[in-house]
This record gives sequence, structure tokens and C-alpha cells, in this order.
Amino acid sequence: MGNVSVAPVEIERPELSESPYAVTEPDVPWVTLVHNDPVNLMSYVTYVFQAYFGYSKDKAHKLMLDVHHKGRATVSSGSREEMERDVQAMHGYGLWATLSQDR
Amino acid sequence: MAGHFEPLSGGGAAVALDEVEVSILRSLAVQLLELIGPGDAAGPEGADPLARLFAEGPSEPPSDPALARLFPDAYGDPGAEQDPQERAYASEFRRYTENDLRDRKREDALAVVRSLDSLTVGGDAGDDAAVLRLAPEDCRRWLGALNDLRLAIGARLEIAHDDDSEALLRLPDEDPRKPMVMAYLWLGGLQESLVEALIG
Repeated sequence: MGNVSVAPVEIERPELSESPYAVTEPDVPWVTLVHNDPVNLMSYVTYVFQAYFGYSKDKAHKLMLDVHHKGRATVSSGSREEMERDVQAMHGYGLWATLSQDR
Repeated sequence: MAGHFEPLSGGGAAVALDEVEVSILRSLAVQLLELIGPGDAAGPEGADPLARLFAEGPSEPPSDPALARLFPDAYGDPGAEQDPQERAYASEFRRYTENDLRDRKREDALAVVRSLDSLTVGGDAGDDAAVLRLAPEDCRRWLGALNDLRLAIGARLEIAHDDDSEALLRLPDEDPRKPMVMAYLWLGGLQESLVEALIG
């Protein structure tokens, strides 16, 4: 307890922490958001949530409905690196995803 | 064109395609390959593979709307102005992911071309349709390619809202967009049936 690490959080990407506007708070988790778009099929979006995240059919279906009706849904949360991985995977499937810090 | 996928008992899916359907699908997949291209930073064919591996991707979103939809920014809300930090993060993300993403999408489209080329339509039996059988891995590649095709065509047709597709359904036959709309709807039916075949 009380042992505070002074190591940079983003050790793999030092160039980012050097940028003048790097003011992200390390303790606040990041989230992956999937946005509604009129082309992706509802069944396909549900399939992607099941196949990539391993979510149950019910959970995947509910998230898809949130995307469709509310315009977007939070599909995962974690470290920034994890969320970048998820966003890249979503782009691979053709879903419109972004990550942001959950403030 | 009534083609739709049915699940196969050992996994995977099958669809009956006639000669016209095969040629339309193949031509669309080839156009998708041409659209995705080798990527600006990938270097010419036959370039040093190691150099290619370390080549950085672009930092700006593609200017073509179809490509911009296939390779969206990872930071910032769609439709909203990005702040400088989001713009910097999005560029950084793009530099180290877009080449891989282009590779994946190219491989998906290539898988479609390869499986269509393995089909023999109108053989000795005089059948005008052939049954295409896809293993589970190929099903995943087909799903990706069908979706990318619909995203690219959707961008060309400027489908931006949920009710835009409704309006396209009511286009008169003489509208120049009609063939593209028909292809878009047909691909949607194919993709829908493939999803259903996979998750049941």
C-alpha cells in the first residue's frame, strides 16, 4: 500500500505521452462504442457481438437493439490498449466503432 | 435471384448460384479488391517484405466516402467535430492499424473470388446452377466481404439514414441507380441467410 509507481502508463507508445494535449486520466476506464449505421444488418451486428466478445445471444441482441434505437451502445470497457484492440476488430467486421474515456 | 445460404450439417453453409449470380458476385468482389487496393504505404509489389512489415499506414482518413466508411476514425463521435486530441489519437491509430485492416479485407474479398472460381456452373449435366459449399472459415470471410461490399455500395448510394433504404426500394425502373440498388438488396439477402445459417 502507498507504493505509487512513477512508470509511464503508456510505456509502449511514449510518443503519445509526449504530445502536448495528452491529459488522459489513467484511472478512468476506456469504453468501446458501436454506432448505428443504416447498412449493417441487425442480425449481423448481433452475430459479431456473439462471435467476437463471446456474449450470449440475449446480451448480444440487447446491445444490438441499443445501437439501433439509441444510436450507439457501449460494448466493452477496459484499458485503452484493450479498447483499441476491440475497435480494430469491430472495424475488421465493418462495424462503426470508436473508443473514448468513460467520463 | 433467389440465392440464399443453408446451414451444412458438419458446420459451414451452402448456396445454389446460377451463372449470372456467380459472375455478378465475382465482379463485385474484384471491384472491392480494386477499391481497397494495396494501401498507400504498402509499397510496390515485390518490395522488401520486411520493409513492408514495418511500413507505417496513412494518418489521414481516406477521401473516398466508401473507403472512409470501411476505414473509419477510431476516436471522436461520428458526425461531430473531433477535438485536437481525438484527431491526434485517430491519426496514430490509423498509422499502425489501417494496413492490417486493408490486408484483412483484401483476404476476405479474395476468398470470395477463389471459392467462386472453384465452382463449375453449367457442366456436363447441363445444370444452370452450381452448389457452393463453404467451410466455417470461408463462411466468416464471405460474411466480412459481403458486409464490406454492402458498406461500399451503401456509401455510393449515399445511404446515410435508416429510412434511405426505404426510399431506394421505391426507385422507378429507369433510375440509373436501380441496378446498384438491386445488387445491394440481393447481397443483403445473401448475407442475412449466411448469418442465420451460422447462428441458427
